[in-house]
Amino acid sequence: MPEAALAALFLAPTLVIIGLVFVWPIIYSLWLSLNRFNLDVSPTPSFAGLHNYTLIATNSFYRSDVLGAAGRTALFTVISVPIEVALGLACALLLNEEFRGRILFRSALIIPYAMLTISNGLVWSYILDSTYGTLNVILHHWGLIGAYHAWLGTPTGAMGWVIVADVWKTTPFVTIILLAALQTLPTNVYKAAAVDGAGVLQRFWRITFPLMRPAILVVVVLRTLGAFRVSDIIYVLTGGGPANSTDVIGYYIYEQAFIDFHIGYAAAVAYLTTLVVALLILVYLWLLRGETVA
Amino acid sequence: MSTGAFGGPRRVLLPVGLALFAIFSLGPFAWMVLSSFIYESRLLVDPFALPPSFTLDNYVRLFTSPNAGVGSANFIRAIANSLAVCTITMIVSVFAGTLGGYSCARLRFPGQNFLVLLLLAIQFVPTVTLIIPMFVIGRAVHLLDTWWILILAYTSVILPYMLWILRGYFASIPRSLENAARVDGCSRLGAFVRIVLPLAAPGVAATAIFAFLTAWDEFFFALIFTNSYAAKTLPVALSEFTTRHTSDFGLLMAGGVVANILPVLMALGLQRYIVRGLTAGSVKG
Repeated sequence: MPEAALAALFLAPTLVIIGLVFVWPIIYSLWLSLNRFNLDVSPTPSFAGLHNYTLIATNSFYRSDVLGAAGRTALFTVISVPIEVALGLACALLLNEEFRGRILFRSALIIPYAMLTISNGLVWSYILDSTYGTLNVILHHWGLIGAYHAWLGTPTGAMGWVIVADVWKTTPFVTIILLAALQTLPTNVYKAAAVDGAGVLQRFWRITFPLMRPAILVVVVLRTLGAFRVSDIIYVLTGGGPANSTDVIGYYIYEQAFIDFHIGYAAAVAYLTTLVVALLILVYLWLLRGETVA
Repeated sequence: MSTGAFGGPRRVLLPVGLALFAIFSLGPFAWMVLSSFIYESRLLVDPFALPPSFTLDNYVRLFTSPNAGVGSANFIRAIANSLAVCTITMIVSVFAGTLGGYSCARLRFPGQNFLVLLLLAIQFVPTVTLIIPMFVIGRAVHLLDTWWILILAYTSVILPYMLWILRGYFASIPRSLENAARVDGCSRLGAFVRIVLPLAAPGVAATAIFAFLTAWDEFFFALIFTNSYAAKTLPVALSEFTTRHTSDFGLLMAGGVVANILPVLMALGLQRYIVRGLTAGSVKG
């Protein structure tokens, strides 16, 4: 059998699936974004040209909605990603040390990674509940708070706790990757540094960090893209509130499309979001140029 | 090799660090498990009062009481849905991903570079962008609220990642082994089945676990594409425990434990594969 024929045979399932369930919907979505399509009003789309896009660009109501959600997404990303990477690096360095029971500790890492995102959100919603939550019970019991707090009741509190829940869930992923990278670092460099009398901080900033730079950059890229699509935890913990304070772009599109049924408009916002993500990737590729990943 | 990050005061720093790490990584999970064994009434007032309480009440209610949360029949149905959807998704993605990964790594065909780049780019498209058109199409072809739309959706998200990683695995298998088999009279297909596939088995296993866990965890597709227990999956069922304003946290945590048994055991038992899969994906992908 000629090579190309075998390839065609082998690739047929992939091409059918990706074509039908990915490429075609994405193209269809572009068409939807050019239509007025509100499922509450009519079951069929009607062509409206760039209407949805001009709405975002010129209508102050929609523009402030989209820019607000984009800003909150950026805020969430800018705070959560550095925390995840710093914490993940600290955990990776810790688990890279030699000590008894290291395997057990490394296994502990896999539990938050494997735990369902939704379960994670629900546990936090229980811990933070204003009436029955564990945090209130404990703090009150120890006399640290006089009255129960509504932890998710303020805009800052809600965003802060959403970030905590997300950091808890995603740090293990960062740790696993950075730990794997740490294990590939050359041993003799550290021996030489020890002979030269380099201190702990010196060894970290002069040797470990520069050698780990490519792996750290990769993790930053992956986590940024992950943070950009955060929505599960928002759905369970805050529902975008209070006062829209946790209404990030992924959640906003969900609300527009499937609560208000503004399908055409939501498709337009989703397309713009995809465009921004594509730009981000280009920026990252530019940052990563010349980095060789072990 | 230790990087000596905890060099000087290691004796103090290491145990403190490990203790913090243990609390951090196990805390919420441990609390979910613990509180699922405490009486609901006790949970709401003072879960830590002595003597410690232990009960299976939450689990009994989860599986037998018709009024519990989403109702026990529905909860059991959601488990079955999740098992079916995730298993079929895994099989389809492993099948298509293995054949496709091998083709992209070893065979030459027109449009190869384009396909490989497309598969990479696809992984970065935000899920919401895909959900909207799939919902409209699924509604038109009457696939909403069935296993099949979920299987299709999950496969379209998982397959590109899988194929990309498997391509790396296949590329790392020495070409000489395959060539030797062909000199000995094996066809290309025969060499693939008898030589390459067994060597790639650990990689295929790693990606299969990854496919299952990703599908098991998925929430938004299932939330939007299903509206009855004909197809609702476990994450959706769990999320409905709270929307009823019952604050039945004992039941909710018991449900959470049940939903997490499979992924946590799988991950613990097969962590070597998971770690390998994750690192291959992020370092090479």
